[in-house]
Amino acid sequence: MNNLLEMKHVAVNFAAYGGTVQAVRDISFSIEEGQTVALVGESGCGKSITAKTIMGLVKKPGKVMEGSQIIFEGTDIARYSSKEWRKFRGKECSMIFQDALVSLNPTMKIGKQIMESLDNHAVTTSKEEKKKKVIDMLKLTGIADAEKCLEKYPHELSGGMRQRIMIAIALISHPKLLIADEPTTSLDVTIQAQILAEMKALQKKLNMAILLITHDLGIVADVADKIVVMYAGKIVEEGTVREIFYHPVHPYTKALLNSVPRLDRDGKEMLCTIEGNIPDMTNPPKGCAFCERCPHAMNICAQYMPEEKTVSSSHRASCWMMDERAAKGGVAHA
Amino acid sequence: MPSQKKILEVKNLKKYFPAAQKQQLKAVDNVSFDIYEGETLGIVGESGCGKTTCGKTCLGMYPVTDGEVLFHGKNIHTMSKKERFAFTKRVQMIFQDPYASLDPHQKVYDIIAEGIQIHGMAKNKTEEKKMVAELLEMVGLNAEHAARNVHEFSGGQRQRIGIARALSVNPEFLFCDEPISALDVSIQAQIINLLMKLQKEKNLTMLFIAHDLSIVKHISDRIGVMYLGKMVELTESSKLYVDPKHPYTRALLSAVPIADPEASAQKERIMLKGDVPSPVNPPVGCRFAGRCENCMEICRKEEPQMIEIVPGHYVACHLYND
Repeated sequence: MNNLLEMKHVAVNFAAYGGTVQAVRDISFSIEEGQTVALVGESGCGKSITAKTIMGLVKKPGKVMEGSQIIFEGTDIARYSSKEWRKFRGKECSMIFQDALVSLNPTMKIGKQIMESLDNHAVTTSKEEKKKKVIDMLKLTGIADAEKCLEKYPHELSGGMRQRIMIAIALISHPKLLIADEPTTSLDVTIQAQILAEMKALQKKLNMAILLITHDLGIVADVADKIVVMYAGKIVEEGTVREIFYHPVHPYTKALLNSVPRLDRDGKEMLCTIEGNIPDMTNPPKGCAFCERCPHAMNICAQYMPEEKTVSSSHRASCWMMDERAAKGGVAHA
Repeated sequence: MPSQKKILEVKNLKKYFPAAQKQQLKAVDNVSFDIYEGETLGIVGESGCGKTTCGKTCLGMYPVTDGEVLFHGKNIHTMSKKERFAFTKRVQMIFQDPYASLDPHQKVYDIIAEGIQIHGMAKNKTEEKKMVAELLEMVGLNAEHAARNVHEFSGGQRQRIGIARALSVNPEFLFCDEPISALDVSIQAQIINLLMKLQKEKNLTMLFIAHDLSIVKHISDRIGVMYLGKMVELTESSKLYVDPKHPYTRALLSAVPIADPEASAQKERIMLKGDVPSPVNPPVGCRFAGRCENCMEICRKEEPQMIEIVPGHYVACHLYND
């Protein structure tokens, strides 16, 4: 499979009142054509900023640092001009946001909002043709009464319907990459199941890649091919779904997996917790960022950043425990 | 262990809100349940099903439209001012959003000490200070945090302050309204552990409302499932997962994603069609009929009543009516 998108040494800083927030710190990962990659982490770990960087939506005071490379189909898009970005967004790569109500224009009819995307990108076609395209798209996303829906305003629709409209807007120009930033967080579970099934079906039909940003590991297990775990602006572990769920290497990934109660398991025992809070990103730790909360932390962890080690061809992680000098099996499991 | 002593009895509770064109929004419609001493009753349901309204009405924060709520045998909606004041000391609430439910102008000390002052629980200032310090340590914060402002704390820490505030008056009943949905996964586990620990230590009775089924199952002894203002199923939490009876409960459980790729792939999914109808003018008959895969003719005509099919397992569905 060819790589559709390659992020190489991407770093994003925000100049804030109290100092420079290093939101994303030198991350590299890739997305293949038609693949679903899940970006997982707690709030503030830099996952949304990563997505915005790919869309060229990082605005002042944010800055994509020198040396960051975002290679989309062989071209480095990191240094695109605003005109080039406008051509790229929506056509090559689209985004679905978390809260559909605030992301849709409340004063514009649904039909017109979806058509806007066509007006911007598609070769000029007649009005009827465009309308037909919009209706087809709406039907694809599972809206039964598509013709009627065109004449409605966002406030007349339920949360699930609005999220479907968002998906229709994002997909109408057949992008190669869809970035979904917590697409179902504001929805109920039964509606969430509908939307996820819809997204999976559309992905197959249109053969697009999806970058899914979420903190819900259940959704990840359901839809993702590959998982990238982020912590404090860095990628701590990356691997296929099976590798991450069944053979996690990094203590943070392990803790994250253990902290969610499972519906299919019984028991009232205490949940595993990750004590403490995420570090201050204006002054990130010199060594491993997870060091303070890690049950296996060693002296070296606070001093030096761990290097990335490969576990298998698709599985890599950054942790000092993987170093050949670390005590093997001698580390007490907390 | 939960005893057989009823702390809260909810009988045919109805709460309607006036809607446009002289219609009524039936947020809670004829709901009955009991809460026993020392147990945690979880209520789950999708947004708009009336779970929060139900909880708030049970605590007397809304007047009832019909029905009654008895706290230790006393109707809380007809209490005198004096009785009501005593009631607020025994019953406390933890809110959903730790950012909105704490006054940003107050110091942590003032937030926690307010209840102690109102109910005159401390003899003097020194005792009050000691109590606040103890409360802070109980919820996993430091006594020094008392002098700080709320904005200096993270979401998880704020929720701990909210819990300390609720516990400051030594309540016996705690109403937790989505206490963890605004928090991160790793922080959620901390708060859940804290609540379970405190419940054991203080023998608290809890009404726990959330939309996250796995969390509710983890913390609750019994679970009630609500749909569009109605309680459709009520049973022990372990039973509800193994043997759900109501078609809605089944669909709800099957829709919850499981954080395990293999289990997730094997899981049978019941995909519900359509959306929840509006609680203004809800459908006649069973409210779930329009989305139900087992819908029969009678479902669209007659409303199913809550029946006990196995001891302790209540369901409102025509499938189980002989």
